[in-house]
Amino acid sequence: MSDHLFEYLCRMGDNTLVLGHRVSEWCGHAPVLEEDIALANTALDLIGQTTLWLDLAGEVEGAGRNADKLAFHRDVWDFRNLLLVEQPNGDFGQTMMRQFLFDAWHLGQLKALMDSSNAQVAAIAEKSSKEVTYHLERARDTVIGLGDGTEESHARMQAALNKLWPYVGEMFVSDDVDAALVAGGIAPDPASLRPAYDALVSDVFLAATLEKPQDDFAHKGGKSGKRHSEHLGHILTQMQWLQRAYPDATW
Amino acid sequence: MVVEKPSLDTVWAWLSAVADPEIPVISLTDLGIIRDVQWHDDTLAVTVTPTYSGCPATTIINLDIETALRGHGIEKLTLKRQLSPAWTTDWLSDTGRAKLEAYGIAPPQPAGGPKQCPRCKSTEVEKISQFGSTPCKAQWRCTDCLEPFDYFKCI
Ligand SMILES: [Zn+2]
Repeated sequence: MSDHLFEYLCRMGDNTLVLGHRVSEWCGHAPVLEEDIALANTALDLIGQTTLWLDLAGEVEGAGRNADKLAFHRDVWDFRNLLLVEQPNGDFGQTMMRQFLFDAWHLGQLKALMDSSNAQVAAIAEKSSKEVTYHLERARDTVIGLGDGTEESHARMQAALNKLWPYVGEMFVSDDVDAALVAGGIAPDPASLRPAYDALVSDVFLAATLEKPQDDFAHKGGKSGKRHSEHLGHILTQMQWLQRAYPDATW
Repeated sequence: MVVEKPSLDTVWAWLSAVADPEIPVISLTDLGIIRDVQWHDDTLAVTVTPTYSGCPATTIINLDIETALRGHGIEKLTLKRQLSPAWTTDWLSDTGRAKLEAYGIAPPQPAGGPKQCPRCKSTEVEKISQFGSTPCKAQWRCTDCLEPFDYFKCI
């Protein structure tokens, strides 16, 4: 069980780590000051959550690794994040569509994890869910505002949705790790979160006058670590360069 | 030599004098993040809960607690982080809420938005963004005096 739990905690922590890093790339570049602040705050919450998940992963593993070691001393093939979160920022609309598609899953996932039989997992989920409630509220409002906005903003949001929808399915796919955690009462069956997710995103797309792509084809390989997209390696060259150039540097 | 352990009430009083590093008008006890203080034999154990997971003030807060207690002669000290129950703005003290308002930050309200502009007290206010200058604050604006202000958002 501890191997499976370690794997699972890396998935949770790598999602927030990679998305947090991606969102932080906007710092100083957002279209308006308020959005810049909102993106930076969101990134900060996600990186904070990463510390909680990956520290616990290190504790479960028992090999002396903590969140910093896991974040900075692993290579692409060790990362377990969803393919969705490593996708490039694109324009502001694409960033907010990615955020919405992730947040809608993330909040449902965290709420289910609050009932985990593992008290530490439940505590991190409880803490994170409060922050993610604000992320989802903002992402939803922005998707609606831009989708049901000008001709230009609508077209960009529809293009973002078409581009990112193939990365949604991976969130609901199960494997041995999930099965083991479901059996232990630690985590929910990923597929069980899908109906509420579909209902939520359908309502928002309706309000945003956006059309959900018909095809549910899903790219996979992020959470299993089998096949990341080429983007992850580029993220790591930015995120890890200091620890690679000056191993174990502290300040 | 017999050194008497300070009472828990005394320790709480010391902690109530430690200012929040981001909003120095309120103390750590006003903020409600000190969850427990106990003596375990001759070791003082202080339980602290973070406001937001990524709040950069958290490490400074721990340092400030340690510095204050060591300054009062506490030698054996442990700081414990508690995540659950998660911190909520319901734990802000009434004194803390009043100090926030006087400082120009509207205190959290169950309705989810500020009751009034902290400067001119007008109730004509509108939200600019749910995210502000620190993780715990949102940006609002008064449509009477036209000043933007921080709102300590509910969590
Ligand atoms: Zn005013």
